[in-house]
Amino acid sequence: MTLFLLRRLLQTVNVLFIMSLLVFVGIYAVGNPLDMLVDPQATRADVARVAAALGLDQPVWVQYGRFLANALRGDLGNSFLHGTPALQLILQRLPATLELAVSALLIAVLLGIPLGLWAGLRPDSASGKTIMAGSILGFSLPTFWVGLMLIMVFSVYLGWLPSGGRGPTREVLGMHWSLLGAEGWRHVLLPALNLALFKLALVIRLTQSGTREALLQDYVRFARAKGLAPRRIVGVHVLKNIMIPVITVVGLEFGTLIAFSVVTESIFAWPGIGKLLLDSITLLDRPVVVAYLLLIVLIYTLISLVVDVLYAALDPRVRLAGGQAA
Amino acid sequence: MTGGVSHTDAAGGWRALARAYAGSPLALGGLALLLAIVLAALAAPWIAPQDPYDLARLDIMDSRLPPGSLSADGSLTYLLGTDGQGRDMLSAILYGLRISVAVGFAATLLALALGMSLGLAAGYAGGRTDALVMRAVDIQMSFPAILTAMILLALFGQGTDKIVIALVASQWAYYARTTRGAALVEGRREYIEAARLLGLSTPRILFRHLLPNCLPPLIVVAALQVAAAIALEATLSFLGLGLPVTEPSLGLLIANGFQYLYSGRYWMSVFPGVALLLTIVALNLVADRLREVLNPRLRPQ
Repeated sequence: MTLFLLRRLLQTVNVLFIMSLLVFVGIYAVGNPLDMLVDPQATRADVARVAAALGLDQPVWVQYGRFLANALRGDLGNSFLHGTPALQLILQRLPATLELAVSALLIAVLLGIPLGLWAGLRPDSASGKTIMAGSILGFSLPTFWVGLMLIMVFSVYLGWLPSGGRGPTREVLGMHWSLLGAEGWRHVLLPALNLALFKLALVIRLTQSGTREALLQDYVRFARAKGLAPRRIVGVHVLKNIMIPVITVVGLEFGTLIAFSVVTESIFAWPGIGKLLLDSITLLDRPVVVAYLLLIVLIYTLISLVVDVLYAALDPRVRLAGGQAA
Repeated sequence: MTGGVSHTDAAGGWRALARAYAGSPLALGGLALLLAIVLAALAAPWIAPQDPYDLARLDIMDSRLPPGSLSADGSLTYLLGTDGQGRDMLSAILYGLRISVAVGFAATLLALALGMSLGLAAGYAGGRTDALVMRAVDIQMSFPAILTAMILLALFGQGTDKIVIALVASQWAYYARTTRGAALVEGRREYIEAARLLGLSTPRILFRHLLPNCLPPLIVVAALQVAAAIALEATLSFLGLGLPVTEPSLGLLIANGFQYLYSGRYWMSVFPGVALLLTIVALNLVADRLREVLNPRLRPQ
């Protein structure tokens, strides 16, 4: 177990290093941030002074070396635009994105499992077929367009829910959270639903096919023959066995939720890291883009590590081998 | 000789495939819809009521008109309304559809060609080539397509060619993995060994003998990926990272109409969205049916 963890952590460091090199060199190759940063009327001397102050006058490998040395000390550079450390800028906005992603995940799981279970138990009924057709729609509808429709119906025409923003926040542990008040929940509902849609469809399909398969298994037949109540068979025996694939997929998809929040955040003016990334890309704020990507890679690899460990804990048949999981 | 035999087989195969496909009315409807959309996109310059990008023809008096309004000079009825610059939405959608469909199909074909070649090489050669290609596939697939595409667009900037590159880069891995899987199975068959013993060149074995037998799963993946490519392009363009304003695809039209949504002028973003939706649903219906028809496990024996 310790060996497994060590190897995975080493792999993560490797991936982070490669990603930082690729992104840094790649982003260096395009666009000159000085054009965006310096007033067009500035003299050459002024431009040179700004370049020197930001370290942009050095060749790329010197810049990368300096970046790497700082990164090892937890300093990913300052945002060109805000002047504050890029990492701090991202961490400030991370709570908003986490709130959105966790709410979306909750919607996907709390709605998806019952709906999938229902459709799996009654695959030929009208309700079951409607649920499955709806899940196909959830796969094929583009997220951003659904977001627009949600705003149009619930904010513009019905006026029930706010169309954007996060509502008032409260500070806990040095971070700003909005879900501590009712107003925050009102604000998060539409964006979370929007972000959840794709995962909801996924959970429904997984649960439905899992249920249909489980119902044909011997242990279910045996439980029926034993005279157990249908409620108990489904609630305990079927549900338990379909939870493993659902948990795996949902866990792995959490990273996708965070990445995909770029779209939802920009539609609902949600002040999270996705919106920050988008703004930083258009304004060529390199340090923020690099820091965001490194953070996402870190989150991704950590999530897959946690899922692998959880998987082993849930399923005694899975052994964590030295190098590869499961 | 071999070529001749497989050709007649293929023709019979296609006919059988068409018959099996026609078994589902819904899928036939999807195919008809898809053909209509592609035709409308191709014929946009001839069937659109107006050239939406000829600024001389636009009348600012006609801006933000609801669907069904008559133009100021009375020469044209705006069936789907107009946008903020007095542009006929129907024409803009037809032209936008043209760009979206072209980008989607071009990206899919390129990604298919790239992924297929790498997958074939990996599956047939095995060993180091296989390990290298599959490692790249794993890394690629562990990141969501939208993130890969966004990073590339951040690096390259905007443009039709750049968005095609970004789409190819975020989708080639699906084809590589599918082709490799099929090539691994087919590569062990006797006809490949026979071809090798006959002394045929490796490219000839790969593309004339191995590839045709790996096609069915690839066709299904490609059909699904066209839909994904069109949706991804629309998303990126909506975010302002995709196509430049001079080539407005459906995503950009929706983004332009977004600001008017709050004042209840729904038609500027809803109608392009419906066009996008119909395209994606039609593609998915076709892909779904192809999967059923081409999957030997689901075929009645």
